[in-house]
Amino acid sequence: MTVTLDSACELHPQVALRPEPFGALAYHYGNRKLVFLKHPDVVAVLRDVAAHNTLADTLVAHNVAPERWNSFVSALSSLETSEIIRVRQ
Amino acid sequence: MDTTAPIAVDTAQAQTASHDSVSSATTTPHIVEELLVEEISIDGMCGVY
Amino acid sequence: MSVSNLSTQLKSGLDAPICLTWELTYACNLQCIHCLSSSGRRDPRELDTDQVKNVLDQLRDLQVFYINIGGGEPMIRKDFFEILEHAEQNNIGVKFSTNGTYITAENAQRLASMNYLDIQISLDGVDRATNDAVRGEGSFDTSIAAMNFLRDANFGPFKISVVMTRQNVDQLDAFKELADRYGAQLRITRLRPAGRGADTWNELHPTQAQQRQIYDWLIAHGDNVLTGDSFFHLNAFGESLPGLNLCGAGRVVCLIDPIGDVYACPFVIHDQFKAGSVHDEGGFAHVWRNSDLFLSLREPESEGACTSCGNYDSCQGGCMAAKFFTGLPLDGPDPECVIGAGESLLKSATVNLIPKPSMDHSRKISVTVGGNK
Repeated sequence: MTVTLDSACELHPQVALRPEPFGALAYHYGNRKLVFLKHPDVVAVLRDVAAHNTLADTLVAHNVAPERWNSFVSALSSLETSEIIRVRQ
Repeated sequence: MDTTAPIAVDTAQAQTASHDSVSSATTTPHIVEELLVEEISIDGMCGVY
Repeated sequence: MSVSNLSTQLKSGLDAPICLTWELTYACNLQCIHCLSSSGRRDPRELDTDQVKNVLDQLRDLQVFYINIGGGEPMIRKDFFEILEHAEQNNIGVKFSTNGTYITAENAQRLASMNYLDIQISLDGVDRATNDAVRGEGSFDTSIAAMNFLRDANFGPFKISVVMTRQNVDQLDAFKELADRYGAQLRITRLRPAGRGADTWNELHPTQAQQRQIYDWLIAHGDNVLTGDSFFHLNAFGESLPGLNLCGAGRVVCLIDPIGDVYACPFVIHDQFKAGSVHDEGGFAHVWRNSDLFLSLREPESEGACTSCGNYDSCQGGCMAAKFFTGLPLDGPDPECVIGAGESLLKSATVNLIPKPSMDHSRKISVTVGGNK
């Protein structure tokens, strides 16, 4: 996993989010990758992740149940690989 | 197609989405990972030539 | 709220298409015998520059990230570069399809300087004879010249777009080698019986054995070859090919034709699949979100005659356009169904009257298979 619960993340500046009934589309204008964000919670977390010190803080702020945290770590790791998000230095 | 995770039918999705973070020794039957994100190719949809 | 399968989410429709095809003109200097849009002559009602820019602005507001421009030959338009630049300025990525005639050394430089642009050059044979029999005399040399100009201008990895026919299936390896030689990306797509392709489909479409050949080749090479998911009907052979395995018509894609009419996809330019016009009140978004046609395409489809076939989940019943223009029922098998259900139905008497395209912009010359050799 490239992202952990302790990671500080942000949306890549070249990424746009387009709201959709199921969640959103994320598109990276640089590498032209298109990713489906398939649940409104993952969209809410992504939009807000830069405002928190860690991913865990973001998940708490959005009332994501702890048993789903693994899914979010997997999701954000794959988004980091696609450069939809990046880890803040 | 570029995918971060395999496209799967509903019933198989939880299994295909499981990663090594959930090892068989620690898996409880009630916790399955959700496939929250999927990458597709923007030039890869049928209906575009 | 549980996460549902991607395919289910896509079938029920999106607020805007992910990608759409926009044919800028029906004018074309070629007269390819499989042309989807029966192009040749410009239509006097074609959108003018301001109208085109207005639609681009609408697409920007809808966050359509990527459009596929075609025709006709889109580069024939005098405002072609102006349109490209307007799209780029509004963060709309463009891929355009061209026969290469207007890609001069100078134009190649100009295209190479643009950031958010893909080009695909049409080529339907790795040799003059095979290509020119379909695309017309001299068209092979034109495509190769355009590829040379793009390479020399350091455009980067352009695409070579091949429509698979009975005559070029055996050239798959050679197409791949050609693309590799240019640092280009090979894109192969399925022949559809649309436009003039309806008249030539019987002679051009791959045989059952060749369908298998295409499938096997894609299983072996599919990771590096684009298909636009156009061979999903072949998934019934076994392992699924890379792709969404989904008819995108009216769900994730659509077509805007040169006069602004909106169709379900580029392979069904026919009144029955016309959803509306960009001139309608509410513009493109209203058509996409509210047209009866598009709403019906987002309903769960009927398996029809394919209900009892175990392959339905793999092949999804195949291509709507291929069925429609061969006279097969839309809830029946694809004409190239891998177990032959479409072929036997075509031979039987139950086939509907084959619909004719609603529009034809062909120039008034006779077009026959191989007639340009």
